[in-house]
Amino acid sequence: MSTQQQEQPDTQEAPADPEMKGAESPQQERLEKKEQGLAEAESVDESDVEGESVHLKVFRYDPEVSGKQEPRFDEFHVPFEKGMTVLDALIFARDEFDSSLTFRHSCRQAICGSDAFFINGSQRLGCKTQISALQQPIRVEPLPHQEVVKDLVVDMDHFYDQMHAVEPYFQQEDLPEGELEEQRQDRENREKVKMSTRCIWCGACMSSCNIAAGDNQYLGPAAINKAYKFAMDEREDEEIKEHRLRILEQEHGVWRCQTQFSCTEVCPKDIPLTEHIQELKREAVKKNLKFW
Amino acid sequence: MYEHDVIVVGAGGAGLRAAVAAHEAGADVAMVTKLHPVRSHTGAAEGGINAALREGDDWELHAYDTMKGSDYLGDAPAVETLAQDAPEETISLEHWGMPFSREDDGRVSQRPFGGLSFPRTTYAGAETGHHLLHTMYEQVVKRGIQVYDEWYVMNLATSDEPDPNDRTCHGVVAYDVQSGTVEGFKANDGVILATGGPGQAFDHTTNAVSCTGDGHAMAYRAGVPLEDMEFIQFHPTTLPSTGVLLSEGVRGEGGILYNDEGERFMFEYGYANNDGELASRDVVARAELTEVSEGRGVEDEYVHLDMRHLGEERIIDRLENILHLAEDFEGADGLVEPMPVKPGQHYAMGGIETDENGATCVDGLYAAGECACVSVHGANRLGGNALPELIVFGKRAGYHAAGGDLGEAEIDTGYTDSVEDEDDTEFPVQPGSAGLEPTGDDVAADGSGQVADANGVLERAVETESERIDRLMNKDDGVQHAEIRSKLQKAMTDYVNVFRTEEGIKQALEVIRECREEYRDVYVADPSTTFNTDLQMTYETRNLIDVAETIALGALVRNEFRGAHWRQENQIRDDENWLKHTLVSWNGGKPSIWYRPVLLEGEDKTYEPKERSY
Ligand SMILES: Cc1cc2nc3c(=O)[nH]c(=O)nc-3n(C[C@H](O)[C@H](O)[C@H](O)COP(=O)(O)OP(=O)(O)OC[C@H]3O[C@@H](n4cnc5c(N)ncnc54)[C@H](O)[C@@H]3O)c2cc1C
Ligand code: SF4
Ligand code: FES
Repeated sequence: MSTQQQEQPDTQEAPADPEMKGAESPQQERLEKKEQGLAEAESVDESDVEGESVHLKVFRYDPEVSGKQEPRFDEFHVPFEKGMTVLDALIFARDEFDSSLTFRHSCRQAICGSDAFFINGSQRLGCKTQISALQQPIRVEPLPHQEVVKDLVVDMDHFYDQMHAVEPYFQQEDLPEGELEEQRQDRENREKVKMSTRCIWCGACMSSCNIAAGDNQYLGPAAINKAYKFAMDEREDEEIKEHRLRILEQEHGVWRCQTQFSCTEVCPKDIPLTEHIQELKREAVKKNLKFW
Repeated sequence: MYEHDVIVVGAGGAGLRAAVAAHEAGADVAMVTKLHPVRSHTGAAEGGINAALREGDDWELHAYDTMKGSDYLGDAPAVETLAQDAPEETISLEHWGMPFSREDDGRVSQRPFGGLSFPRTTYAGAETGHHLLHTMYEQVVKRGIQVYDEWYVMNLATSDEPDPNDRTCHGVVAYDVQSGTVEGFKANDGVILATGGPGQAFDHTTNAVSCTGDGHAMAYRAGVPLEDMEFIQFHPTTLPSTGVLLSEGVRGEGGILYNDEGERFMFEYGYANNDGELASRDVVARAELTEVSEGRGVEDEYVHLDMRHLGEERIIDRLENILHLAEDFEGADGLVEPMPVKPGQHYAMGGIETDENGATCVDGLYAAGECACVSVHGANRLGGNALPELIVFGKRAGYHAAGGDLGEAEIDTGYTDSVEDEDDTEFPVQPGSAGLEPTGDDVAADGSGQVADANGVLERAVETESERIDRLMNKDDGVQHAEIRSKLQKAMTDYVNVFRTEEGIKQALEVIRECREEYRDVYVADPSTTFNTDLQMTYETRNLIDVAETIALGALVRNEFRGAHWRQENQIRDDENWLKHTLVSWNGGKPSIWYRPVLLEGEDKTYEPKERSY
């Protein structure tokens, strides 16, 4: 089970929009559900699979190679080892059986954000998903709602464009003057932005979001969360914050979110995305910014 | 062909910082990187950034600690520059919005780290590298610096004078992974290599799959010497099954190491009576392997790292991501049980020889970050000293490449007549390519003396790489990269690990030679030009062979025990003979080894070698 604690900042106010009323903390509920799900999955007895082989069904597509132009699934049987992840199994399949099997990966430790795939029907990082927690055969597909380049590789350009659209850089210009003087920041404020700073740009959230699938211009949860990180950081002045909120409350911004929580459910970094989006909506209302 | 003033190869902390500095100096900069910047391995750094920021600390103490930690193989001008510039660079990161952890008074937090006389490791939770990487990338986005991401750089475009010191680098040749197009990138002012570590030369490593020493190998084949390659740091606390690192922060906060008998062996067996768990990494790594080899290891493989006594609140506050790592990659819950750990390859102290301005002996070619050797880490890097190196020397390289003035460098580069040649050692096999490559294209610059203008040099380099790709893709049968790579990695871990013997290293050199021979028969099975990672990994494997060989060659000639390098035949630090750097030059495919004395003369003091005791 994940040991992550979801701290509710004490500065938090009651939710202002109808969807959020009533439920004490839907965020909390979702996260608990997510943890339960994980706990159940992990209770699959490891000895069931140990010493046996892992059955993978992997999506294949290559626009130029005959036989791969029509998407298909290839099956691989990989020897199981204790602690094996989906990424380990894919690497084994590639190195031992088919060197053309293509997928992004690098760090093997859930920090580079390269290997978000659609595994058994949900968005997960290959390197952070234990084989022992999955039903077999394990279906590995590229992230839905993104164009497939080849096999498990999707085109990330749209995702990057959205990330860049929120002016994702610190804009405070009025800095302390003394030599080697840092800006001061309250521990509490740092704590408040902490979860939002953990995003690894994996794109799982965006891929899981129905709204993003229907509205190509929707900023999407990751970009909004990136903006949240700056907007809630007390080191930036009020007017910068207001500028940020204006970017966010535009037609394809925060108001598109219908609090379906799919992003929050899949985020491998457990970022309370929906909660962050809701909080930004409330901020926009507080600031009397026009909304759609 | 693309053209820019400065081309930065690699977009980890060093590359991003270099690009920002070059941009600020007015240059038109482009970054060419095989991974999107935020995927770079800098993101994996956990512990922190050493910088003397607080009262009671000063840069001289930081320089002293670094020199001592380096076992007196760091060059004083580089070490002092690092210590002097780290505070300003760290504060710049804060001014750029990096979310550092905070004290009650709102200032950035610092913690103790191994080998430091003051708690000066500045951190952002246990994800300092992630925040550094993302903050730097934000600054690149802000400035609109052009990034060619998922472009794999295959070679340097370097002129061909017989003496590498006379050569000029005019750009790089790169391959667009997505489309398979090969292009020349012309650099009017300079190329900066910031390609990271070569950890994939070993099979148990904390380094990412992408850490394949590409920059090292490209510079080496262009005639730039690789320096002190034998010095590889093995981190004492990596997870046994994956190599994922548990930060030194755990021990910094008070984590304790136990053997299978529940003994706190760092003290009980006298490995480090003063500093215990916080002794330098090489000391702790050797202690762990000694425990295991003397039968006191857990399951004959690892030891235990226990942090339970720190309490849940403190653990979650300061070391939360350690809990996740142990849980996700080893299935251990650090709150209720000790975590299994063993040493793993972690960091390369050596690298591309540069001076303190980041310049190599080839005009217009720079290196910064882990791929470079300035050298600040000497025989052993202190935890928390790599991240400041990225920003301090990344910035200097970027600024200098863009034409900024940093003054004359004190550190020499390149082979000259005055250096000392190695001529005693007998090699079990002929190292280097030695004519093994099917054509003469095993060098970036062949010393033929053929003169060409910048465009000519670039065109020829593009042609060479296009031909190589054709050859690899058109071959229908043979050996695959994965087979060669795993054989190489295993030999390095078996023979060029924490404990090294002459016989073992020779064995490794023989395996490396076999890998080279097999590589002649390598082929790429994937026929596609779209996202062909088979081709990319085949290129990387060739680089790993060259880099692994320099590590083994350095390890073979240096018959002493200094820092991270231990030799069974001479288990003492031999200052009389070995206060010098090891350099390996490719010399058109026939490596030669030579030495340059270490510079212990600082700005206003000399660092007298003292015994390194913890
Ligand atoms: C797990 C871990 C924890 C660490 N913790 C700390 C710490 O707490 N404190 C500390 O000081 N240090 C730490 N270190 C060391 C430090 O993080 C690294 O030395 C440093 O981040 C390396 O940065 P870099 O910019 O040189 O390379 P990287 O961040 O590895 O970047 C390399 C870049 O080069 C590009 N590249 C490589 N080859 C090519 C090519 N052929 N063509 C195009 N692009 C290419 C890649 O795409 C990438 O962008 C840690 C290291 C590890 C592995
Ligand atoms: S918010 Fe979470 S799911 Fe979305 S890109 Fe970031 S880490 Fe991935
Ligand atoms: S490989 Fe980096 S996140 Fe999975």
